[in-house]
Amino acid sequence: MYNKGKIIIGLVIFVVFFTSPFLYGLVKTSPPPEPELSPKAKEAKVCVENTEFMKESHMQLLNNWRDEAVRNGKRLYVATDGKEYVVSLQNTCLGCHNNASKFCDQCHNYAGVTPYCWECHIEPKEKE
Amino acid sequence: MERSRRRFLKILGISTLGIGTISSVDLLAMVGKGEEPAYTPEPDALVGKRWALVVDVKKLDEETTQKAIEACNRAHNIPHFEDEEEIKWIWTDEYEHVFPGQEATYLPEEIEKKPFLLLCNHCANPPCVRVCPTQATWQRADGIVMMDQHRCIGCRYCMAGCPFGARSFNWKDAMNTYWKEHEPPNPTYPVRGKGVVEKCTLCAERLAEGKIPACVEAVQDSKAIVFGDLEDPNSEVRQLLREHFAIRRKPELGTSPNVYYIV
Repeated sequence: MYNKGKIIIGLVIFVVFFTSPFLYGLVKTSPPPEPELSPKAKEAKVCVENTEFMKESHMQLLNNWRDEAVRNGKRLYVATDGKEYVVSLQNTCLGCHNNASKFCDQCHNYAGVTPYCWECHIEPKEKE
Repeated sequence: MERSRRRFLKILGISTLGIGTISSVDLLAMVGKGEEPAYTPEPDALVGKRWALVVDVKKLDEETTQKAIEACNRAHNIPHFEDEEEIKWIWTDEYEHVFPGQEATYLPEEIEKKPFLLLCNHCANPPCVRVCPTQATWQRADGIVMMDQHRCIGCRYCMAGCPFGARSFNWKDAMNTYWKEHEPPNPTYPVRGKGVVEKCTLCAERLAEGKIPACVEAVQDSKAIVFGDLEDPNSEVRQLLREHFAIRRKPELGTSPNVYYIV
């Protein structure tokens, strides 16, 4: 093989360069953020569904809420446990979770997702 | 064991039957449990077959007109932008522009100069709905021509289709411009993002709670605007239309508007 040394050095640099994000991730781990519950949410103890479901599927639930409320005009959600909630992101969800920056944004930033909800839906003013 | 075609087909048939039965039993069990969350309209929601407004022009002076407009702007967080960027759900114009097919040379002055209160006509045959490529605007069963801002792609076909100019396009990101400087008057209602079309929704969100539209409520004392179901012969709007001669905007276009004007 001609230019053996150069090629191998080049390959090593290439591999290191392209795997650098993964290597960086191995060295420096950032723990997932703990979403902070607002006092009101803490007091309520349960969300519209159980915590596990909300963690995993709140985005699908919100999509269904949006379609049912806007398109089908059904603005009352009867949860699995039989309780009724008004279908509204801005009033029902944020009415309890009135600390969007500490509750929503933390995880969304960590996961690198930018939902466009807040371009239109008004976040409640956070009290310092 | 002998492998014949006959035997193979028998096993195949039995298996299919078995799998089919199991899955249908599962399905029945799911239905029977009723554990799926359900969505329903709110119990005190107003229900109708064809919502309409009757505007009594004689009872609408400039002050009451402004009151109705203000109430709408506040209820729906409508930003104030100038000229082509204007967002309007409810606005005014002169007779000449409002009823171009019904012009008259010698009109009473109070009609000629009067600011007529205008809004989306919630047409029974809405051209905006026909041209919308994403069904972001559609006609509900109760006749309201509704807008789904989530689905609007901002193509503005509906604006070209609407012969009444009832639709406005968001050229600006209102949340980060106008509402940065002003407090949204109704924190329970969203604002609209850049690149979507908006218009009067006949206060669908208020009807869902059993309230009448904001403009109607604002001038309730004067009864200048009356809201009701056209398909209900005993409704207040039908009563008014029986007793008074009322006209609609551009009826010759065949869109069949549901906003009537008693002149």
